[in-house]
Amino acid sequence: MTDLQQRPSDDRQATPLPADLDARGLVRWSWRQLTSMRTALVLLLLLALAAIPGSVIPQEDIDSLAVSQWREDHPRLAPIWDRLDLFSVYGSAWFSAIYILLMISLVGCIVPRLLVYARAVRARPPRAPRHLSRLPQSTSYVTTDAPDVVLARAARVIRRRRFRVEWPEGTDAVAAERGHLREAGNLLFHLSVIIVLVGVAVGSLFGYKGGVILFNGEEFGFSNNLTQYDEFAPGNLFDPAVMEPFSFEITDFDVEWVTEGERAGMAREFVAHLDYTTEPGAEPREYDLKVNHPLTIGGTDVFLIGHGYAPVVTVRDGDGNVVQSGPTVFLPTNAQTFESFGVIKAPDAQPEQIALEGTFYPTFAMGRDAEGNLSMPASIWGDALEPLVSLGLWTGDVGLDDGASSSVYVLDKSKATQVVKDNGQPFRADLRPGDTVELPDGLGSVTFEGLQRWNKIQISRSPGKVVALTGVVLALLGLLASLFVRPRRLWVRARRQDDGTTLVELARLDRSSAGDPEDGAAELADIVAALEAEKEEQS
Amino acid sequence: MTDAQWEVFSYEGVIGAAVLYFLAMLAYFFELASLRSVPAGEDVDSHRTAMARRLALVLTVFAVAVHLVALVARGLAADPNRVPWGNMYEFTVAGTFVVALIFVLATLRVDIEWLGPLVITFVVAALMAAFLGLDDTLLPLPDALNSPWLVIHVVSAVISTGAFTLGALLSVLYLVKQRSTATTGYLARVPEPKVLDRLSYRMHAFGFPVWTFAVLITGPIWAHQAWGAYWNWDPKEVWAFITWVVYAAYLHARATAGWRGRNAAVLALVGAATLWFNFIGINFFSSTSQHSYAEGAAEVRSVVGVAATVEPAQEVGVVVGSDHAGA
Ligand code: HEM
Repeated sequence: MTDLQQRPSDDRQATPLPADLDARGLVRWSWRQLTSMRTALVLLLLLALAAIPGSVIPQEDIDSLAVSQWREDHPRLAPIWDRLDLFSVYGSAWFSAIYILLMISLVGCIVPRLLVYARAVRARPPRAPRHLSRLPQSTSYVTTDAPDVVLARAARVIRRRRFRVEWPEGTDAVAAERGHLREAGNLLFHLSVIIVLVGVAVGSLFGYKGGVILFNGEEFGFSNNLTQYDEFAPGNLFDPAVMEPFSFEITDFDVEWVTEGERAGMAREFVAHLDYTTEPGAEPREYDLKVNHPLTIGGTDVFLIGHGYAPVVTVRDGDGNVVQSGPTVFLPTNAQTFESFGVIKAPDAQPEQIALEGTFYPTFAMGRDAEGNLSMPASIWGDALEPLVSLGLWTGDVGLDDGASSSVYVLDKSKATQVVKDNGQPFRADLRPGDTVELPDGLGSVTFEGLQRWNKIQISRSPGKVVALTGVVLALLGLLASLFVRPRRLWVRARRQDDGTTLVELARLDRSSAGDPEDGAAELADIVAALEAEKEEQS
Repeated sequence: MTDAQWEVFSYEGVIGAAVLYFLAMLAYFFELASLRSVPAGEDVDSHRTAMARRLALVLTVFAVAVHLVALVARGLAADPNRVPWGNMYEFTVAGTFVVALIFVLATLRVDIEWLGPLVITFVVAALMAAFLGLDDTLLPLPDALNSPWLVIHVVSAVISTGAFTLGALLSVLYLVKQRSTATTGYLARVPEPKVLDRLSYRMHAFGFPVWTFAVLITGPIWAHQAWGAYWNWDPKEVWAFITWVVYAAYLHARATAGWRGRNAAVLALVGAATLWFNFIGINFFSSTSQHSYAEGAAEVRSVVGVAATVEPAQEVGVVVGSDHAGA
């Protein structure tokens, strides 16, 4: 009876290549191979395998800093990895090839099954096989009722169990079927995989993701156009015209620090208070931007993803002119204590260019070593309770702001020299807010005016995300139907025997690979019991 | 009670549960030992043997109850109170709870008590490992974790992990039983390979949609809120995806001639391996995960000494509350 158990897809098995093939035959054969279940299985496994390297090797899109470090550490492997696209696995040709093949296979698999299904939905339950007792699940009993009475009763009972029931005129058997939803669910699931992919593709083609570091205050406001971003990663088909014309500024930034208990020192709530307008001239509104609470304006989302300190430092050169002023972003090197590192460059200083590089300690303290002697300076707290900035001094070519070649966060020391004191120790200026230190050799002075805060804001637009989400939700629904609906057929045959009694045979056929014979037997028993009960009622 | 008292209470609860599981395990072992040379067909007429089996189940039920109390206490010990799965220790305690709970619930519906010795041994071993090997510092949740999605996402991840783990145990049994010709002892009393395969499939069929929900629905929604992108190919995400794909392959294998049975069971084990590797192993291989529980998390990206031409964006490696737990 195995042919009855076959699902529509099961005949799509991979087959060996026939010996004599013309071109069309070859195409048809390849297509069959590609859309066979076994190929899908192998492609799925390949996809899993192909995803692995990207989780071990640093990825350009995720952490390009780690990639450049890796390159430095492995100068000989890096070019090979490059050739194999191992630094951007998920965008690589070979990774794409696998999932595109999988998608083609999927479409090739679904479309024929959709057609089969469309026919099957309207089809009547198939007639009873000749020998019901040969089916894996069957039972029978003998009664004195007339066959027609039994069959009419059976049709009622089974229909009540929400089967689709058919009792063709003049036949001795009732046929019933239920569970079409399983195949529907399966098709929905596989179709939804494609929907998800389309959603994701739309997002990565038409969307963008950008980031900007902002200080607090009106004068550091942001308006949403390309020039204002520090970094910007558009999709291949991104059109700047879709950028919403909003603007915002951070009026204030709050962090709540845990001050007692074991968790003392951890930060808890981060809130950037925004004033924003959705378009020029619109009414300004307020929003508290927090982690997990992005601001959504039209199709664009604004996220708070990082924060840190920006010491406001004024640098005067040897001539007494202000050559550098305002806040400078210092990057945290410790996420707990917010000890931060930064560079202040004054390439216009006279008589010599100067740069200050050093550490900012939000809560400065001298650490103690095991013997209790004062040792390294450190920050013991993330909050700015005892702020201190400690800067070394460099002169020479500190790197003009000539674009790509110099980062504002790093000092290129190849053409700069550090200023040392008479005793040979490097010169350091340790400043608390309000302090001014004269630089040696008549280079000028530095003043630590006070503290600013910076926030890293990420702004992104991913157009297909609702499509993708709808896709996965549909996929899940389909999956549930596909896994838990049990398609099955039932037949009841009643025949008058020679001795005048009626032999009633029942059989049941599971149509999914997940069917459980015990459940099947139980269902048959239930139906027999229901027939008995119905008979009692009638008499 | 104060937080500190709750914390101690929770440890005591975990130890208490572990001891109860251990006793249950002994009872199961006693039962197995006394059945060692009894042919499989023969009924257990020894009173002591039947008692041992019943005792084991009762002990397991008590252990599960204590386990639950310990979990709740852990959540109450945190300040502010939170879900008890903020780090690997807590995730393991929660995961083993789900394994044991599903097992107990399953005994109500299907005859699966013979799986007891395996399940309970696994739970005892995992709890020991959690106690001895995993960092159990009780920390408040970082901001990034503070979201209702944490509850939904991790609950579903833990539940599916429990189901997949049970499914894997059944698949192991299937593979062993298939080659076994034993007529006495434990293996002989385990149901037919066909039944094992079907039970294993049921566990996976239950786990797979829940995993789909955890990894492909709630995970991305939460990631979108917290990190600004719904899918980042972060190592945890990659491995969750790999696990998903492997289990999809398992489901396909069960429907494909030539892959049913043995190969499907092997795939189920591969799936479980990727699942547990993602949970424990990946932390040792990759430090870039935003999910890292331990030190690797709020990773210090020293900017000093890095070549000058790095994009500023990447240098700002410190994400708000970036240390991330859960799954
Ligand atoms: C992205 C790729 C795919 C994924 C994630 C996937 C996933 C799944 C899952 C989870 C099931 C289990 C549902 C069930 O047991 O009813 C399933 C079943 C099935 N898949 Fe796929 N699939 C994919 C591609 C394909 C392809 C390319 C084909 C065609 C060759 C295919 C054919 C089938 C069939 C016929 C079933 C039904 C098996 C059964 O009834 O047990 N799938 N798929």
